[in-house]
Amino acid sequence: MSEVQDKPQVRPIPAPAVTIESKPFWDAASEGRFLIKRCNGCGEAHWYPRALCPYCFSDDTVWEDSPGEGVIYSYSVMHRSPTGPYAIGYVTLNEGPAVLTNFVGCDLSTLSIGQKVKVQFQATEGGPPVPVFAPV
Amino acid sequence: MSIKGKAYIMGAWEHPLRDAPDKSTAQLHAECARGALADAGLTKDDVDGYFCAGDAPGFGAMSMIDYMGLRNVRHMDSTETGGSSYLLHVGHAAQAIAEGKCSVALITLAGRPRQGQGGRPGFGAGKPGQLTDGPPEAGFENIYGGSTHNTYGMCAMRHMYEYGTTSEQLAWIKVAASHHAQWNENAFLKSVVTVEDVLNSRLIADPLHLLDCCVVTDGGGALIVTSPEVARQLNRPRIKVIGAGEAPKGPQGGRGLDLTHSGAVWSGPTAFAEAGVTPADIKYASIYDSFTITVLMQLEDLGFCAKGQGGKFVADGNLISGVGKLPFNTDGGGLCNNHPTNRGGITKVIEAVRQLRGEAHPKVQVPNCDLALAHGTGGSLGTRHGAATVILERE
Repeated sequence: MSEVQDKPQVRPIPAPAVTIESKPFWDAASEGRFLIKRCNGCGEAHWYPRALCPYCFSDDTVWEDSPGEGVIYSYSVMHRSPTGPYAIGYVTLNEGPAVLTNFVGCDLSTLSIGQKVKVQFQATEGGPPVPVFAPV
Repeated sequence: MSIKGKAYIMGAWEHPLRDAPDKSTAQLHAECARGALADAGLTKDDVDGYFCAGDAPGFGAMSMIDYMGLRNVRHMDSTETGGSSYLLHVGHAAQAIAEGKCSVALITLAGRPRQGQGGRPGFGAGKPGQLTDGPPEAGFENIYGGSTHNTYGMCAMRHMYEYGTTSEQLAWIKVAASHHAQWNENAFLKSVVTVEDVLNSRLIADPLHLLDCCVVTDGGGALIVTSPEVARQLNRPRIKVIGAGEAPKGPQGGRGLDLTHSGAVWSGPTAFAEAGVTPADIKYASIYDSFTITVLMQLEDLGFCAKGQGGKFVADGNLISGVGKLPFNTDGGGLCNNHPTNRGGITKVIEAVRQLRGEAHPKVQVPNCDLALAHGTGGSLGTRHGAATVILERE
């Protein structure tokens, strides 16, 4: 499992908005576990996690531990930022869904579409840590 | 003309809970939708119209459509009048059905006022240690520093990766807008720029440069839409609305994400079909230009060129009035003229009306302009957005 990092690597991240529906995800994140939701009705995994499956509308969705591995679908490095450049993008998880995230732990000029990445957690300003991805 | 007998209520479902500490507001909306659909004997894929009011968390109807995975919605309405909203929605849904804009309309209401802070809707950010109940996507998206610049940047990056689109091609869109803006005395930016100027402007969010971005301005606009009877009594050229289409787009669970197209792939064909015309018939196009990539993707999606060919289509001045085949944004658009309160939709219609009236600046007026299109994207191409297309004809 990924380690929670003590300090923000690139950009301070605010506390995520936690709802009663998403709370299990954030509780697991605090333990360094990356969860996704899968539907027992149709078998599909989805992101962001929901109580009802966005594919078949079944309410039989379950949390699943994910290794958080995938490839970069697309990205953009923001150059205009008071705290320095940072990269936003989507990762296509090996389970299928695309996840919006930040890319960290690398020279941002080396990022590329199709690059393999893996989840890690970054501390936030007073909230649970959030998933970010780094090249492997 | 009436809605009388043109629409039926075939599903109705009331949530049994009176105290819902363990479910989010978005979840309650979805459960209500599921209940009403089951009552009617329909599935969510049958839904092509969605109606909600201010109790629905998120961005208009967009967040709930995305949360529920309503993939076939082609008509949406988030009219807010408090507790009476849902009765208005029945009337609006009947109108939309009578006009053929949708055939299965879903109306939802839900909320959790008994849950205090944890049941409060709105756009509030996370507060450490406190539950919130805002847009369901907020916790998973708002933390990553997403802005229009970098989420549209992601779209441009993927478009370049899949189709070989270049920054030079994107720059041509700004160049064309600047050629038009030089004649607009009110334009925020009036200087003609070159492809090199765009490429040499500083990078904002890869691969978008400063001059790939629209301006930030104050301002506004207004429109008057009338019945044919009123129009005939007025001493102005009659600009007839002959087609309209709309569609949301969002990740909807993240499987098969495709950032190289927009909701225009659905709103465009709907509008063209209603108008009975094709992209080749359009003499002038107002195309939402929050960024250069926005224009390129929408031109492809509307069918002005094939998917992936937008870069070639916009190059070499093809969008410049008097030079190219498709004059666009002859007021200078959002890229040069204005983008009032960061919403450019109304100015797109206004310049199309000027063109159809023959009242555009003489240097950019399209000769014999009798058919025009205006198209907009609201929200972000990179996350969730609403697309709308309008086709207008001079009578």
